[in-house]
Amino acid sequence: MSLKQKISDFFNRKKEIVEKTEIEAQSKQSKYGKMTARQRIEALLDPGTFHEYDLFVEHTTDEFGMDKKFLPRDGVITGTGEIMGYPVCIYAQDFTVAGGSLGLAHARKITKIMDHAMNLGIPLIGINDSGGARIQEGVNSLAGYGEIFYRNTRASGVIPQISVILGPCAGGAVYSPALTDFVFVVDKVSKMFITGPEVIKTVLGEEISMEDLGGARVQAEISGNAHFFAESEFECFEQIKKLVTFISWNNRKKPEPMLPAQPLEGRTITEILPNDNTEPYDVRDIIKAIADKSDFFEVQEYWAKNIVIGFIRMNGETVGVVANQPLVLAGVLDVDSSDKGARFIRFCDAFNIPLLTLVDLPGYLPGVDQEYAGVIRHGAKILYAYSEATVLKMTVIMRKAYGGGYIAMCSRHLGADFVFAWPTAEIAVMGPEGAANIIFKKEIESAPNPEEMRKIKVQEYTDKFANPFKAAANGYIDGVIIPDETREQILHCLLIGKNKKVENPEKKHGIPPF
Amino acid sequence: MEEDLKGKIIVDDTVYETYYTRKYINRKPINISDPNTIVAVIPGVIKGIFVKKGDRVTKGQPLLILEAMKMKNRIFAPRNGIIEEVIVNIDDRVAKDQPLIKITD
Repeated sequence: MSLKQKISDFFNRKKEIVEKTEIEAQSKQSKYGKMTARQRIEALLDPGTFHEYDLFVEHTTDEFGMDKKFLPRDGVITGTGEIMGYPVCIYAQDFTVAGGSLGLAHARKITKIMDHAMNLGIPLIGINDSGGARIQEGVNSLAGYGEIFYRNTRASGVIPQISVILGPCAGGAVYSPALTDFVFVVDKVSKMFITGPEVIKTVLGEEISMEDLGGARVQAEISGNAHFFAESEFECFEQIKKLVTFISWNNRKKPEPMLPAQPLEGRTITEILPNDNTEPYDVRDIIKAIADKSDFFEVQEYWAKNIVIGFIRMNGETVGVVANQPLVLAGVLDVDSSDKGARFIRFCDAFNIPLLTLVDLPGYLPGVDQEYAGVIRHGAKILYAYSEATVLKMTVIMRKAYGGGYIAMCSRHLGADFVFAWPTAEIAVMGPEGAANIIFKKEIESAPNPEEMRKIKVQEYTDKFANPFKAAANGYIDGVIIPDETREQILHCLLIGKNKKVENPEKKHGIPPF
Repeated sequence: MEEDLKGKIIVDDTVYETYYTRKYINRKPINISDPNTIVAVIPGVIKGIFVKKGDRVTKGQPLLILEAMKMKNRIFAPRNGIIEEVIVNIDDRVAKDQPLIKITD
């Protein structure tokens, strides 16, 4: 073959895989309102930045007639590219090739791009659309999954890992996304479960649709497996692009700063905060009043809504926010909200993102169901995560900070660098009613009018303890600040704390209560 | 092992003889929540009712105040509709998951 012939032979081979399969894929995927693997990568990455590898990889199985089957790319596209100028490694499973099933060659392509991401120190994005293990390949297919899970775990906390569920993701396959940092789902497209509706029906007699069992809404609202929910694939890709700009490329770097900007004109914090401490408000309004451009990028918006987590920028620098949400369940900590908060704190700590904690909670949620669900061990996660975190930790106590909730929400005692309280703060072991009933039990019971006496004692306790000044007198908070000065104060802390260096004692790893 | 815990489990079409855990036996069937009934998400006391039977409500409109955990929680309409029934009265003490209001189209 001449040089020219060799080049044209290469083009023909490439065309066979790239163009022919794309045409077939488009006709198959569009029936379900889904994009093809190739279209997804192109929609997500900056135009013209995608570079594909392992185009000619083929499977080597000859059992069950597989030797006669040609599976282009073995059902997965892998490569590197850029998102808003940020480098990423990416793979996308192709459902139109043997149902996106995972065989050994398919898995090896994925593990190769994962190794790249680890070695190069850049984020990994996995687009999942697969029927599961390729049964014809037997244990080789399981080996493939295992090798992916192993790398997910090794890479955890080293590079950010993002999973996008754009089709079915069932059985063992769901554990790769579960091991990654952020899971994106799309309404009516994403489905995740360990066992499908068919099996549940035959085994347990419980009837449920695929959507009700493991659809996007279920994962985003009920199970908490998903972090971002979108109505369409395009909206999902916009969310991923935004996330990538907020986080660092790896655990040795800080997030890239943006240009500093002011919050938008709007209600001031003192205007948002109700007069009465028992009236709820949306804590996200407070966060927006502090953030550059009032832009708050919320994570797990629909699950465990009593705690709010997400990213903001302050003078262009990324800050992770954890805030109690008085609007939902009075902002209490419970099994799910502790879990949600703790995981986010650990992500921020691993990737050098300072933490801002906004406190307003009456404590942990009482109840038999909570105790049986293990609120002790789940609640301990948030204490562990805050204590372990060595990034800059800043806390603002807005209103209620009672009991265990006060300690848990990044108090000085868990290693907060800066703790401020608004004059509206109430820092005490418990709320005035409960406390007065215990401390003044005798006085109340022996009074001629117990109800009257109870009110007097509650007021007495409120005046004495339901304020930030007892804690300030002990030096547990660094200062009482006016709510509208919060942004300025936090900006100063970020500047002063830029080079914070605290190290945990040397150990193999901790043993958090999970 | 206690006899009453004996049972069978089917995984991938294969039947396994085994013992159940008490938790497994006592598990409640999962009810996909009825979108037309608003239930208390937290135990508390009804401190305000803003709607009555037959009222037309829009999504996000406050329906009730449920005081719990030192907070006057507002319960909002999950969607547009008409109030079919207000099940609770002012100062009622309600348990978790107790129905409060029924909405219809």
